[in-house]
Amino acid sequence: MSFGKELYRGIIKENPVLVLLLGMCPTLAVTGSAINGLGMGAAAAVVLLSSNVVISLLKNLIPDKVRIPVFIVVIASFVTVIDLVMAGYTPELHEELGIFIPLIVVNCIILGRAEAFASKNKLLDSLVDGVVMGLGFTIALTVLGSIREILGAGSIFGWKFVSEEASTVLLFILPPGAFIALGFLIAVVNKLAKQKA
Amino acid sequence: MANKKKLPSTFPNMLIVLTVVALVSALALAFTYTATKDARELAKLKKTLKALEKVLPEFNNQPNDEKYSVSGYEELEFYPAKKDGNRVGTAIKTYSDAGFGERIWIMAGFDTNNKIINTWVVEQKETPGLGTKMKDAKFRDQFSGKDPATFKIEVKKDGGDVDAITAATISSRAFCEALERAYLALTKGEKQ
Repeated sequence: MSFGKELYRGIIKENPVLVLLLGMCPTLAVTGSAINGLGMGAAAAVVLLSSNVVISLLKNLIPDKVRIPVFIVVIASFVTVIDLVMAGYTPELHEELGIFIPLIVVNCIILGRAEAFASKNKLLDSLVDGVVMGLGFTIALTVLGSIREILGAGSIFGWKFVSEEASTVLLFILPPGAFIALGFLIAVVNKLAKQKA
Repeated sequence: MANKKKLPSTFPNMLIVLTVVALVSALALAFTYTATKDARELAKLKKTLKALEKVLPEFNNQPNDEKYSVSGYEELEFYPAKKDGNRVGTAIKTYSDAGFGERIWIMAGFDTNNKIINTWVVEQKETPGLGTKMKDAKFRDQFSGKDPATFKIEVKKDGGDVDAITAATISSRAFCEALERAYLALTKGEKQ
């Protein structure tokens, strides 16, 4: 398998958010701005990559019956590490994302990849899977955050391009806007995936 | 594929694997906690210092080291600002539970005549795009230079002098409540 093909699989064909519809909770909740989407995506991607690698390494040592508790312990450890590091070095982003960082533990994308891929495949393949799936998640969240920020706040990555008084479509910053924007994004990605297949 | 090498699910195997995995991750966490402790405390301190700088006139003491509280308002933190030993103002970290999200913390700076110098939002979880506008200078500037004895810190809807944020009256009210609390503590509270 080539890396390019894998990349296409992670970002379009099997995009964890837009095609598999996993991890909806952080996707809808934190994408009020592009930088939040990117931060959340990156944090989850790092956890996904690390847990995929560790679980792939340990796969033969984990008895089948306790595999889920072991996966969760491994994932929870990485999440707590990320949480502590972010609190120290990116305090503003950490505050903005709040509870959704610890909640990466129960993000079904990560447990899903551990169970469906990393526990059955070789180290290198699991590493690649972690990278492409993490990228797919990050890109989806960043794009969704950008759309909502542009329409809702008239800015992108905090850079405002409309005047202070301009009326923006506030709806997109609020929760309903997340559903609307996500719906359209899913439609576009489905169309793309069908065309190329 | 690799299944023939897989550890069978016997009780000792499960016990050992789970214990070892939990121990290793506990060690890793303890290490990260210690390694990032200084950075996390520094980040917290920087946040307070930034707020102090925003709301106080020029000072050359360390208000953070001299903070105190007053009776009746134990949860509020007072930061005295001094220039060459003379008191030039007080910053008060105050709060309100009347907002839309969790407790709001704001830093309010008062001069020696109890006039508001400036305000700064330290922590808030208000609705993005609406209540979060309390952080904007456009809203906060209306308090600067005002004396709460004559300037009623309440939104106009409630009979006060404050222009509320459009579509965020509740957040504006919470901001006013926090500021009013700081003023009351400043004038009525006794230093402990």
